[in-house]
Amino acid sequence: MSALTSRERTAWSFVAPALIAIGLFFALPTIAALFLSLTDFDIYAVADLRNLRFVGLGNYTSLFARPLFWQALGTTMWFVVFGVPATVIASLAAALLLNAKTLRWKPLWRLALFAPFVTTLVATAVVWRYLLHTRYGLINYALGSVGIAPVDWLGSPHAAIPAILIFVVWKTFGYNMIIFLTALQTTSADLYEAARIDGAGWWTQFRHVTLPAIGPTLLLVSILSIAGFFQIFAEPYVMTLGGPAQSTVTVLYFMFEEGFKWWNLGTASAVAVILFVLILIVTLIQLRLTREKSDA
Amino acid sequence: MKPGVIILNIGAALVALLVLSPLLWMVAVSLMATGEASTFPPPILPHAPTFEHYRTLFVDYGIGRYLLNSALLASLATILALLFTLPAGYAFAKLRFRGRERVFQALVAALVIPGQIGMLPLFLLLKSMGLVNSYAGALVPWLAGIFGIFLVRQYALSIPEEMIEAGRVDGASEWQIFTRIVLPTLRPVIVTLALFVFLGSWNDFIWPLIVLSDQSLYTLPVALAALSREHVQDNELMMAGSVVTTMPVLILFLALQRYYLGGLTAGSVKG
Repeated sequence: MSALTSRERTAWSFVAPALIAIGLFFALPTIAALFLSLTDFDIYAVADLRNLRFVGLGNYTSLFARPLFWQALGTTMWFVVFGVPATVIASLAAALLLNAKTLRWKPLWRLALFAPFVTTLVATAVVWRYLLHTRYGLINYALGSVGIAPVDWLGSPHAAIPAILIFVVWKTFGYNMIIFLTALQTTSADLYEAARIDGAGWWTQFRHVTLPAIGPTLLLVSILSIAGFFQIFAEPYVMTLGGPAQSTVTVLYFMFEEGFKWWNLGTASAVAVILFVLILIVTLIQLRLTREKSDA
Repeated sequence: MKPGVIILNIGAALVALLVLSPLLWMVAVSLMATGEASTFPPPILPHAPTFEHYRTLFVDYGIGRYLLNSALLASLATILALLFTLPAGYAFAKLRFRGRERVFQALVAALVIPGQIGMLPLFLLLKSMGLVNSYAGALVPWLAGIFGIFLVRQYALSIPEEMIEAGRVDGASEWQIFTRIVLPTLRPVIVTLALFVFLGSWNDFIWPLIVLSDQSLYTLPVALAALSREHVQDNELMMAGSVVTTMPVLILFLALQRYYLGGLTAGSVKG
């Protein structure tokens, strides 16, 4: 390899600070997590590194033997399986509403629907904990006015996950809505015109013009949402402390407790690695399915 | 107007009201007298608005300190992120050097790796550097913003080559060209990125929770989470705390929404 020209040296001086920071504070820790997950790094190793031992896949096998880990995995899967479709449908519906030709004051409505996304998660989780209060919350009051008995949202293992899901969808759908809206606005008006001339109704237009046009965006939104729902942490931390009966302990919550409450950093790193592999697998499956569908 | 149009517009207004109602109620309850919110049916508006809970938060619980911590950390994170990201994003778009494409592709691929994976080793690294429980430790993740580099690069691609070349002909150095010619044209993306980082840092929870154990260093979300564990029953006080935590960023967003929403679509759709 020949020496760098002076022009190239200058160019590297532009990117070097950022690359060094990324290498030191992102790439190195990410790779280190893999190694850490193969050790018994715990409170004793924090005190003195000589206490560190290599345990191979020991952290993984002991994780797989723990019921709480499987429960956390199950809870996280519930969030993903119900949360992703819910947020995609809510955000697409909102985008379609905002894209309607005859709607007035669009910027105002767009702003209102997007606002929850920029709010502070911890603050709105505190607000929702109160909205969901069994006796004094607005949600049970509204349900009561149509004759539905009060639900113990955050106190019952069956209702806590749906309650947190509603909150997360409320908090995040605005982001996807903006992305959908951009895709809808770039869909050619001629296509709709042609469909109308062919006598297509609203639903037919949606299925045969809108959906194919926003296909790539739909994929992008699903992938981002999947990653997001896999990483739920602050919501149960603030709203339920993982309860009741640990029913809202997610994988990330489990990792946090394992790592920073019990200082089992080896085990916690194994959890982090498993979480990453899961996100990767689900994303790859989704990419594969979409490709097969578009090939067919 | 046709009836369909009227229904559509009323429908949009109702949806907007429904979505905003948690935030509106948060403000209303924060102004209620102690215990007023713990009655049935839930009151919608305060009987006699009072600021006593805000007083309690600032005088008795020292929330001003956390407000200051959050503002300071978010500002520093923004400045640092801009210093690191802007030159890099521009160089990946406009400067030629061997390995540019490969490095950039590696960065884009790394975007799929969640930051949480490296959180534990990063904590240990900062501990060995003596940065745990300090502002510096809380700021470190904002230096490694791959998304910011990506965003700046996308925008910088549209800078006309002749503009940069004209600077070179005039004998300006690459850094002079960057600061005098390029930075002014990057203004919109600078505002967008600054807004993203400021809001991201302000709203961040898990990292400051891990790295800041000294209460005097707490940011608002960490302090609010701790407070909400002790004061589960004090709804009015907690709503006031939520208002203090979330209002600054909500106002900032409203003031600069054009840059925020524009950046959102630039970062996701073009990519």
